[in-house]
Amino acid sequence: MNARSDNTSDQSPNSQTHVNSSANTAAGSVGVVTPQKFHFAEPLTLECNRTLPSFDLMVETYGTLNSDKSNAILICHALSGNHHAAGFHSVDDKKAGWWDNMIGPNKAIDTNRFYVVCVNNIGSCFGSTGPTTINPDSISSDDSIDSSDSSANHNSEPQVYGPDFPLITIKDWVKTQAMLSDRLGIDVWHAIVGGSMGGMQALQWSVDYPDRLKRCVVIASTPKLSAQNIAFNEVARQSILSDPDFKDGRYIQAGTYPRRGLILARMVGHITYLTDDAMKAKFGRDLKSGKFMYGYDVEFQVESYLRYQGERFSENFDANTYLLMTKALDYFDPTRDYSSAVAKDTTESAVPLENSIAASVESSKANAQNELEDAVATIEDIESDRQQELSALKAAFAHTQCQYLVVSFTTDWRFAPERSQEIVDALMATGKPVSYINIDAPHGHDSFLFDIPRYMGAVKGFLTAPFITHHRPAIGERS
Amino acid sequence: MRMDHQLAERWIAPQAHVLDLGCGNGELLAHLQQKLGVTGYGLEIDEDKINEAIGNGLSIVEQDLNDGLARFADNSFDTVVMARALQAVKSPDVLLLDMLRVAREAIITFPNFAHWQNRLHLGLKGMMPVSEALPYEWYNTPNIHLCTFKDFEQLCAQHDIHIVNRFAVSDSDKGHSPLMTALIRQAPNLLADVAIYRVTKKKTK
Repeated sequence: MNARSDNTSDQSPNSQTHVNSSANTAAGSVGVVTPQKFHFAEPLTLECNRTLPSFDLMVETYGTLNSDKSNAILICHALSGNHHAAGFHSVDDKKAGWWDNMIGPNKAIDTNRFYVVCVNNIGSCFGSTGPTTINPDSISSDDSIDSSDSSANHNSEPQVYGPDFPLITIKDWVKTQAMLSDRLGIDVWHAIVGGSMGGMQALQWSVDYPDRLKRCVVIASTPKLSAQNIAFNEVARQSILSDPDFKDGRYIQAGTYPRRGLILARMVGHITYLTDDAMKAKFGRDLKSGKFMYGYDVEFQVESYLRYQGERFSENFDANTYLLMTKALDYFDPTRDYSSAVAKDTTESAVPLENSIAASVESSKANAQNELEDAVATIEDIESDRQQELSALKAAFAHTQCQYLVVSFTTDWRFAPERSQEIVDALMATGKPVSYINIDAPHGHDSFLFDIPRYMGAVKGFLTAPFITHHRPAIGERS
Repeated sequence: MRMDHQLAERWIAPQAHVLDLGCGNGELLAHLQQKLGVTGYGLEIDEDKINEAIGNGLSIVEQDLNDGLARFADNSFDTVVMARALQAVKSPDVLLLDMLRVAREAIITFPNFAHWQNRLHLGLKGMMPVSEALPYEWYNTPNIHLCTFKDFEQLCAQHDIHIVNRFAVSDSDKGHSPLMTALIRQAPNLLADVAIYRVTKKKTK
C-alpha cells in the first residue's frame, strides 16, 4: 500500500485500486466498459412521501446474461460510490472500478460465469438523478409536485434540484433497483452483494423482495446505525452546513462551493474507515519537514494525508449528495415495516430505558451503593435492548427466502463484527440459512475493498455453491 | 464412513434442526442434510474448513466454542452434535449444560484417556500418552481437558444428565471383529479409545 492510496470504504470515484493499469484489457479484468443510462418515465413515490416525476439510473454491466436470466448478480455501492465497479472507461484509463479486485474473469465474482450489474443510486452525483440534475419543477411550474420546494421556480432558467432533492432511504434505492431488474428482465437475482451501505441495500432487498434473490452477501455492514455512527455523520453534515459557501444548499446558483465543509466532512469520515494501528503503520508521528514548525500548517504526515484525501474528494463529490447519503445511512432500519410485530416488546423495554436515563442523572449525587444498583440496572437495560433489537430483526427476516453470507472484519470499528453478528443471530433465530465469517484484517472498515484471499475465497465459494432448498423455521421458543 | 457419523445418522430424527459444534468442513452436516433432510448450522473456527463448507452450500458460522452458546435461545434445536471437541474447550461442564439448554438432545464423542494404551504409556513409561487418537505432545496439545468414560459419566450424574445411548469403539480395531466388540462391551473404559454418547436432560419432577 502506498501512503497516497485512498482505497477507502466509501469508494471515492478517484480511488486508486489494486489493479495494474496496464491490464486494462488483459486477463483478470473486464476490460473497457461503457456506462448506460436508463430512463424511468414513471413517477416514483419515495418513503418521505414525496414523488420524483421521473428519474435516470446510470448502470454498468459485466459478463453475459444467460438465456434463462438466472446468472445475474447485483452489486450495491457504498456511501460515495458509483456504477463503475470494475474495468476501465478507456484504454488509457489508469484507474479501475472501485471493486475491480472482486469482479472480473475468474475473480470472486466471476464475470465468465455471471452477469454483473452495478447501479449508481438516485441522489448520487455520478449521472443518476440527484441534487445536481435539473429539477423538472423549475422548467414547468404547472405540474409542481411539492409546493414547499418551489422557492427557486420563479427563475426562468432551469435549476438543479440542489437542496430541494428529496431525502432518499435505502428502501427507496432498493425499489429503484427492482424497477431496473424489471427493465433488464431479471425476475430473480442469483445474488445481491454489497459492502457497508451496499450491504444494507442487499439486506433490505432480502426483506422487501424475498422471492427476487437467491443469495444475499452482506459485507462490513450493520442492521442499523448506532448512536455513535449517527454522531459521526452529524459532524460531517455540520461541517458542510456551517460552511459559509454552502448558501443553504444553493451553492451552484450562488456560484460558490462548500469545499472546506466537504473536505472536513471527508476527513472525519475517513478516520472512521481506518484504524489506529493502520494509521500508525502508515504515518506514525512522521513529520513532513522532519522538525516541529510551531504553527498550524500541515506538520504531521497524517495531517497531510487527510487534507489530501479531503481535497481530492471535494473535487469530485457534491455536498448535497453527501448530506443526503449520510441521512440515508442514519435512516436505515430494515425492521421499520415490522414494528407492529414487536410493539409489545418495544413498550416493555421503553420503560426501563427511560428509567435508566433518569437513574444515571441521580447516580451522580448518590452514594456508591446506588451507583452499583444503577450499573446493574443499566446492564439489564442493555440486555433488554439487545433482546428488543433481536425480536425486531427476527420479525423482519421471518419471511426471507435467500441464503445469506455475512462478512465482517476484526478491526472494523465503524461497523464492528458485533453488528454483523446481530444480523447472523437474528437469521439463525428464524432458522434462515446463513454463513458468517469474521476476517482478520488490519485495515478497519476499509478492509472490504482489499484483496484478502480468505474473504475472496468465501465469496466465490458462496456464489458457486449448490443451493440448498429445504429450510424451515427454527423450533425455538417452543416453551 | 466414520462410526460417529453413522451413529449420529441413526440417532437424529429426519427433518431435525441440528447444531454441529466444531463442524470442520461440514462433512456430517452435509451427510445428514442429504440423508435425513435436516436443517441447521455448524460452528467452526478453522478458516479453510469454513470456506470449504461454505463452498458446499452449508450454513457455517465462525465462532469459538469457548465463547459459549449464549447467542442461541433455549430449545432452538432438536439435536446438538459435538465430535471430539469436548476435551479441547475451556469449560467442558459449562458447555455440556449449555448444549442441553439449546437442544433437547446432545450427541458427543471424545477420546478415552483411560484406554489401555494410554494407561501403559503413563504407567510404564511415566510419560504423557501420545497415540493415534491423541497425537500431540503435552506442551502443544489442544486437548486441555482429557477425561475417561467414567469421568464423563460422573459429570453427567452430577448434573442430572441422562445417558440415552453409549457406544464405545476402538479406532484401532478397524474390522470391528465380534470378539473385540464383545470385549469392549465388558470393559469399555479399558479397551475402547473413543466413545459416542447420546445424552438428554433428566425430566424434572
